[in-house]
This record gives sequence, structure tokens and C-alpha cells, in this order.
Amino acid sequence: MAAPKKSVAKESGQEKAGSPPEFSKEQEFKALRDMLLIRRFEEKAGQLYGMGAIGGFCHLYIGQEAVVVGMQMALKQGDEVITGYRDHGHMLACDMEAKGVMAELTGRRGGYSRGKGGSMHMFSKEKHFYGGHGIVGAQVSLGTGLAFANHYRGNDNVSVTYFGDGAANQGQVYESFNMAELWKLPVIYVIENNRYAMGTSVSRASAQQDFSKRGASFNIPGRQVDGMDVRAVKAAADEATAWCRGGNGPMILEMQTYRYRGHSMSDPAKYRTREEVEKVRHDQDPIEQVRNRLLASGVSEQDLKAIDAEVREIVNEAADFAQHDPEPDASELYTDIYR
Amino acid sequence: MPIQVLMPALSPTMEKGNLAKWLKKEGETIKSGDVIAEIETDKATMEVEATDEGTLGKILIPEGTADVAVNTPIATILADGESAADLAKVPAAPPPKAAEAPAAEAKAEAPQPAAKAPAAPVSEARPDPEIPAGTEMVTQTIREALRDAMAEEMRRDGDVFIMGEEVAEYQGAYKVTQGLLQEFGARRVIDTPITEHGFAGVGVGAAMAGLKPIVEFMTWNFAMQAIDQIINSAAKTLYMSGGQMGCSIVFRGPNGAAARVAAQHSQDYAAWYSQIPGLKVIAPYSAADYKGLLKAAIRDPNPVIFLENEVLYGHTGEVPKLPDFIVPIGKARIARAGKDVTLVSWAMGMSYALKAADELAKEGIDAEVIDLRTIRPMDTETIINSVKKTGRAVTVEEGWQQSGVGSEVVARIMEHAFDYLDAPVTRVSGKDVPMPYAANLEKLALPSVAEVVAAAKAVSYR
Repeated sequence: MAAPKKSVAKESGQEKAGSPPEFSKEQEFKALRDMLLIRRFEEKAGQLYGMGAIGGFCHLYIGQEAVVVGMQMALKQGDEVITGYRDHGHMLACDMEAKGVMAELTGRRGGYSRGKGGSMHMFSKEKHFYGGHGIVGAQVSLGTGLAFANHYRGNDNVSVTYFGDGAANQGQVYESFNMAELWKLPVIYVIENNRYAMGTSVSRASAQQDFSKRGASFNIPGRQVDGMDVRAVKAAADEATAWCRGGNGPMILEMQTYRYRGHSMSDPAKYRTREEVEKVRHDQDPIEQVRNRLLASGVSEQDLKAIDAEVREIVNEAADFAQHDPEPDASELYTDIYR
Repeated sequence: MPIQVLMPALSPTMEKGNLAKWLKKEGETIKSGDVIAEIETDKATMEVEATDEGTLGKILIPEGTADVAVNTPIATILADGESAADLAKVPAAPPPKAAEAPAAEAKAEAPQPAAKAPAAPVSEARPDPEIPAGTEMVTQTIREALRDAMAEEMRRDGDVFIMGEEVAEYQGAYKVTQGLLQEFGARRVIDTPITEHGFAGVGVGAAMAGLKPIVEFMTWNFAMQAIDQIINSAAKTLYMSGGQMGCSIVFRGPNGAAARVAAQHSQDYAAWYSQIPGLKVIAPYSAADYKGLLKAAIRDPNPVIFLENEVLYGHTGEVPKLPDFIVPIGKARIARAGKDVTLVSWAMGMSYALKAADELAKEGIDAEVIDLRTIRPMDTETIINSVKKTGRAVTVEEGWQQSGVGSEVVARIMEHAFDYLDAPVTRVSGKDVPMPYAANLEKLALPSVAEVVAAAKAVSYR
């Protein structure tokens, strides 16, 4: 499959010409800062994993930052977010604290799940982040249920339900599509197509590789979005949130993106070439795109470095906290099973 | 010879029905396919079509007759050339059933109209401590008790809703949700597509967002499609979120063997779900417990597995007439007090245990029968106190033996009352086979009263 195209928005597979709407300088700065935070956080998590401070499975989001940051820029207070196990970026985009996320990765009491969830299972009721789910595709039915609750209560909140190109082949995804359209539930299905389901490329696993068409038999509209361009993501998210809040039911957004790292920390990534990764990094990096635009608009290197420094400080503090916070008390073993 | 029309069996568990209406009169011509009568089963009103041609000779059961047993002759049809005078030739009894295999005959408890699961009325052997003395009792079917429990809770709390296949417009595949759509409307009584995995997940998601769904599975057998959402999402989220995000949800529907529906529709899931920390598992027997425990389950802030029994739906029992009758989750009930041997059972197993206790009494063995009611958390204390008194115990369940709930009861007795035991504890259970279809084999696959009696006598060295 070809590398994701730049600045392309397709409507159900049909190309629409034109660049996404420009961001204001303020929006560019916010996007840059939020994407950088995710990138630096994930790099640090990778380091801590290498040191043995983080155990188990750890799936990094590096490369895909524009998706969650662009989506979040279109959401309002009360909208729910739910995703699979590659979830650190989503949590940071939801404004969950880096310290709490990192401390959960290290299994400490200050973690969002008090050390009992780990990388794949984190939640924040306060920030409307509903996990963090380790079973591929399960979050799609759950996210549809969040939308059901919005519909039941008659509020105008939207459930943003993320899943990958791999999960898109699970049966319950289509069971959920059917119910969501049948009942006109306010849910945006964001398919993060990073081109590999673990080690299996989209072309080896998917009969229909245009994921924006995956809702076609349920009459769910879909868009293909350049998931490396945060402006394109934001524009698509604006359209989808308006569609959902307007009572029109669900919408599918296929985000064409790419992960730079392996599937998990233990993945040697032999299923693709180093050149392929380097080419995407060089040509399409979501952070570099914003940085270059800002520089071209006359922002100084100095201003950008200040953002870099702020982000590094947050990440270093989080890493420090996560390594020094005590492990959960032994009594925690038996808490939170029932309430 | 004139043809007899028999009361048809219109569902796997139907034992009798009401003859609601005759649509043909005596002397009328009947063609094959004509609707001749309407029969009310416990689930629905069904039309009876003629399969033979001729003239309706005589109506044997007048319309409006209630509780007509399956296979009772209800009318005769005269073939061409026959007259009323030929009616005398009709044999008095229905055609004979196939002879049962000897082994099944030996264990037969009582003659039954057709090979059906045990059908005695649910007995309320002892007053329940949850019911204040002097409370007025109403006689209800278990189906009605369940419906009332849901309706009461839905009136009480606007966040409670029910979803599942055929729960709304069809009024419930087993009529358990009858009338709920009319009272609460389509917003709160929701027909789902046939999509167990998906709607279980939708229910759990709605519960994470703070609603209190009742998810009905048409049978628990179909819930295997959804078991990932029940275990991985519903049961574990509270723990994985460090207590932030739980889910108040009830999964309910018929569990275990119905009658003659064979292997894929006759399985007891009590043991499966009882293994999972984070779930509560309820399997009641009496009508009052069905109601009081379902209300408790709906109010419980945790995911609850509520295992019903299709065979029991039509059975009646006494339900207390109280404005808000709740039976606490996790408490067993001594259904019959005794001193010689403890029978520990739950759900449909109770029907064998109680009858066995009656049989044992005739032989001078005074059995105490414990109805666990809740499988998880299990009321170990009630079991242990009883065993300390009797020194002997038998578990009775329709489920399989290996890693079964009975095995768990035995382990707890061994751990907590070993020194009080006068004999090894014995398990009576469903046989270690998929449920067969043939009536005689099905009967053999299920436990029997005779097996419970034999086990109780064995542990009593009698």
C-alpha cells in the first residue's frame, strides 16, 4: 500500500481536492505542544521499559500523534473518549496528567489505576476517558454503549471510539455499526489505520482496504483523512462532531497514519523495511509539519525551543515521580473487586 | 375411523394450555391448514391448524377450558363417508408413546404426560427470614415475579432500562418482559438485533457511563458469544481502573436444561461465571427469591449474572405482597430444616433435593435442604453450620461435575468442617455428556430424585 498521501480528504473513497483549512497561530502552537508532549512521553516510556521500570506490554504511539491531538481539538467538555491498548497518547490528549499515566506504567500507587491496570488499562472519569482496553475490538461495542447513554439521556455529547485497522476486522465492530446507525447513536468511529495489525499489513488482512467504506452496508458515512496532518484531522473531526450532534447517527473517520516503533516493545518489526519507516518520518512527520509551518510563518527557533523545554520538563517530572512513587500497598490486592 | 385432534405441545416446556376459542363448529367442513382453534400457552396465544380433512365431528373440550394437558383429545374429525355414529369407535386414550428404555424406567419418579423436566410446583417449605411474619402472600408465576421485579425497579430509577432480543414488541421470547414496552416505552425497553457480543458490549459501555442496564439473553447459551464483554469488560473494569469506573449491570435469561432442546441449548453456566472475581452470580429457585433477588441485582452497583430456568418460568409460588421486597445477595436459605444429612442445592437442583427430602423422611432420614440462591459470593457459613449439625452432605445440581459448583461446595466443607464429617461428601450432578435429544437419554443425563435419595442414604451408611 502506498504511503499516506498528504493533505487528502476523500469522501467514501472519492478524492476531494484541496488543503485542509489553515490553523491559527494559537492552534498551531497548541497542536505542536500537545503532539510533542505525546512524542517525548512515549520516548521516555520506551527508555523506562528498556531499564525494566515498565513491565509487560507497552505499545507506543510515536508517529500517530496528529490523530488524537486533531480529534481532541474538535471536542467539547463531556464528550467521551475510548480506545484500545495503544492508549498513552489518547490519555495525554484528554488532558490526563503525565505523572499519573507514567506512574501507572511503572505500576505505582500514584498511577491512574493505582497500579492495578498498567499500560493497557487506564481510565479517568473526570476527563471522560473510558479506557484503555486490552481486547482488540471490545472498545468499539463499549464506545457505542457510551453513545447509547448520551442518546438515552438526551445530551449532545459524542463518543469518540478509536480502534485500529486490525480491530476493524473484528465481528463486534459490525454488530456495533449496525446498532449505532439503527438507533442513530452519536459515535465517531476513528479507525487509526497505521498499516500494520501487529505484523500483518493491511493488504494481507483486509479484503476492503478503504476503511472509510467499512460502514457502507449500514449507511454510515465515512471519510478518509490524512492522519499525519493535524489540520486535516481537526477538519474531519469538526464535520463528524457536527454530524453526530445533529442527531444523524454515527460517522467513520479513517485516519491514515503510521507508527514508527514496533507493535509493542518486544516487536523487532521485521515485516517492513527501515527505508519505509524513514521515508514516512522524513516526508510526513506530523510534528515536523507544524514546526515547519510555524518557522515559515516567522516564528523563531527560540520560541519553539521553549515549547520543547516545557514538554521535556513535564515528561522528566513524570518519569521521576513514576520511579519514586511507592508500589501499591499489599492491601490493594483485594480492593476494587466489588463496590 | 374418526381422527382425534390432540392438545398440541407448542413449546419445549409446555405441559398444558388453555383452549381459548373454537373457530370451527361441529359439523363444519375442515380442510388441511384451516385454523380450527386458539390455544393459550404460558407464553402466547397460538392458532391450531388442522392437518386432516373432513368434518368436525365432536368438540371434546369446550372453549374456555383452562389447563388442558398436552396430548388430551380435544376434538374428533370425521373423514368422508363417516357420520356421528362412528365417533364411538374412537379409542379412549391418546396413541401410546414410544416405550422408554429400561434404565430410564428404573429411575422414573412419576408418570408424566410427556417426557418433560420435573414439574412439581415450587414448594415453600419454610418461612423466609426476609419476609416479616403475617405478610400477605400472592400466588404468582416466576415469569410474573421477574416482570414485576423489573417493572418496580424501572419505576423507581429512570436509569434502569432493558435491552435484548424480542424483549419489547414481541413481549419477551419467554414472555418475561410482558407489558414493559407498554408501560415504559421504546426508549427504555429496547429490541436489539441478534447480536449478543455487540449488545452486551453496548450494555457494558452504557453502564460505564452510569446507566443501569438489564441485558436479557434469550438463553445463556447465546451469551457465550458475549462472554468476553461480560468477563473482560464488565467484571474487571472496576479493578483495572483502581476503583474509578465500575459497571452496574444485570445480565439475565434462562440457563440450564429446558426440555428436549439438546446439547447447544441445554447447558448450566453457573460454574463458568462463578469463577470470576468481580461478578456476582445468582441462581434462584422459589418465586419469592426470583423477585427479591432480581430487584437486589438491579440495585447492586456491580455486574450481576442472573441465571433463570425456563422450566420454572410457568411455575407458581408465593410472593410476599410488600412494596419493596428485596432478598439480599449472598445469603442462602434453609428451605427445609433437618438433622441427619445436608442437601446443598440451588436453582433447578432444588426440585430434586426437596422431593428427595420427602422420600428420605419416609425412610426415617431427616434431611436439611439448603438453597444457596447466590452462587457468588457463596454463603459458606450456612453450609458449614448445617454440616456441623448433620455431619453428612450431598450436593445436587443439573450442571456438570468437573470443576462444578458442587465441587466448590465440597471443597469448602472439607476446608471448614472436615472434623465434623461422618462420611465423604457426595455430588449428584448432570452426567458428563452433552445433553442428548432423545427423551429417555435426556432423562438419564439429568440428575434424578432417586439418585439424590441413594446418595443421601450412602453418606448416611443406610
